[in-house]
Amino acid sequence: MASRLMALWDWFDARMPSVAQEYRKHLAEYYAPKNFNFWYFFGSLAILVLAVQIVSGIFLTMNYKPDAALAFGSVEFIMRDVPGGWIIRYIHSTGASAFFIVVYLHMFRAMLYGSYREPRELLWIFGVLIYLVLMGEAFFGYLLPWGQMSYWGAQVIVNLFGSIPFIGPDVALWIRGDYVISDATLNRFFAFHVVAIPLVLIGLVVAHILALHDVGSNNPDGIEIKKKKDSKGIPLDGIPFHPYYTVKDIVGAVVFVAIFCLILFFTPEMHGYFLEANNFNPADALKTPPHIAPLWYFTPYYSMLRSVPPLFLSQFPGVVVMGMAVMILFLLPWLDRSPVKSIRYRGALYKGALAIFVVVFLILGYLGTEPTNVWGQFGPWLGEADRATVVARICTTLYFLFFILMPWYSKIDKVKPVPERVTM
Amino acid sequence: MSDSKKPDKARRNLVVATSVLGGAVTVGAAAPFVASLLPSERAKAAGAPVEVDISNLPPGELGIYEWRGKPVWVMKRTPKMLQDIKKDDSVVVDPHSTVPQQPEYAKNEFRSIKPEIMVLVGICTHLGCSPTPKLQPDGDMGPEWEGGFYCPCHGSKFDLAGRVYKGVPAPTNLVVPPYKFLSDSTLIIGEDKKEA
Repeated sequence: MASRLMALWDWFDARMPSVAQEYRKHLAEYYAPKNFNFWYFFGSLAILVLAVQIVSGIFLTMNYKPDAALAFGSVEFIMRDVPGGWIIRYIHSTGASAFFIVVYLHMFRAMLYGSYREPRELLWIFGVLIYLVLMGEAFFGYLLPWGQMSYWGAQVIVNLFGSIPFIGPDVALWIRGDYVISDATLNRFFAFHVVAIPLVLIGLVVAHILALHDVGSNNPDGIEIKKKKDSKGIPLDGIPFHPYYTVKDIVGAVVFVAIFCLILFFTPEMHGYFLEANNFNPADALKTPPHIAPLWYFTPYYSMLRSVPPLFLSQFPGVVVMGMAVMILFLLPWLDRSPVKSIRYRGALYKGALAIFVVVFLILGYLGTEPTNVWGQFGPWLGEADRATVVARICTTLYFLFFILMPWYSKIDKVKPVPERVTM
Repeated sequence: MSDSKKPDKARRNLVVATSVLGGAVTVGAAAPFVASLLPSERAKAAGAPVEVDISNLPPGELGIYEWRGKPVWVMKRTPKMLQDIKKDDSVVVDPHSTVPQQPEYAKNEFRSIKPEIMVLVGICTHLGCSPTPKLQPDGDMGPEWEGGFYCPCHGSKFDLAGRVYKGVPAPTNLVVPPYKFLSDSTLIIGEDKKEA
């Protein structure tokens, strides 16, 4: 039997040797640094979540109806009448938030260990593109249940494009395909969400992995393991991705799935953070909910948008600030002038700046989920301005300063000597 | 293939011409797809003007009508309301309606054709929420309030002529839609020309 199977494999391999070649190149003979730690789980977890989203999404489309008159009802039908439908829907909605959690942690890992630095700039650019496309995917998907928050959230975001000078109203009309968010909008968002954007996303993920495997993985020490190779040309500090890291990643996946299931079964709405309560009301074009907030993964940027006052009778500057906040990530590899990559060998300046950046991002994220009067008003000495708005303005400024001042503070920062070989 | 290392000019020109033609075809092929995202004929028809009968609308009460899926507010303003609007001139951003958020014929003190009849698109100029009417001068809006509209999304305030208050997120006054009177008590929203 075994020899028959081997013969079958030989027959296959003779006709399509690239399968074995690619397996060796990307798994069995891809040498990754041996000192990966906790932070290196999130890349493989992101792939896992992508797979979960694709599978659960496919099954949702089997019962979902992309029609303004039927959409809300079809989602409730999935939740109540389709056998196991509720769990598939909650897997998909929880998966969306999980996707952003692992992607944010994955990006933070890159900032900790300088994984965006030369020669991995292109890898980082593909990563930021994935993040951007993921935001689009989440935005298009959020309209589909056709609840109040779906509707008014889409209204707010499409109007962002409407604020572009001169061409804005026409662009917004073109995006909506109607004078308001309507059936036409829902139908095209469905097409983008289930076909167009996932194709782009998968393509970018492939490019991201290929770019990674061409330059090799960074590691917590920020050392290039390819500089020290043995006589066979294998990095001394490298171990084959398979089986070493495939097995390690299975551990991460199991823990992740356990936490995912806890959320899925006990608090799938996460108290309004993963699914907003108002979205269980059908969309109503004539009734605005009293408080519109995007889901948590957009709220840092939403806070920035809200904090910018209108200029020249237009709220376009706020939109520009929000867009810049994401776009500036592309420049990170060139803003960082430190002689070392990893935070392990950086000085207090960078560590402090990164800590402030994280705190500021979290504060902005929190404020974006709340109305602007959540912390009350300052006294007359500050024109009775909303406290939260003032804090958001300060945080927005600090967010940008982290990037704008980076060429300076990363250069003068006191660094420690970097070892020749990775440390465990 | 020619043996010399110099590229064959005629062949290279042919390659360039073919590439340019291929590119042009690709761009041309994209046009119908881009155009297909524009509003359909049905959407355009649904955006047609609506006729509104306000004979039964009591003075000082807000009538909400739908035009192009947007709420349009019509109200017969009382003489006191018109007096109160005048008091707002100092607290609004654009008291004289210099920003073209209204047709020419509504660019006046009360932003309307007839002073007492208010017609406004009830969509906040900040990010498109629909403000809540707070028509009475006092109440939960504080002692300075002369009556108007409050947007619950981000706290923008407008007076009874749809003029935006200073220091709120909304940048401009509420939009006055094109409209005309068919008689004293009927008006058409979405159309102002004589014909059709």
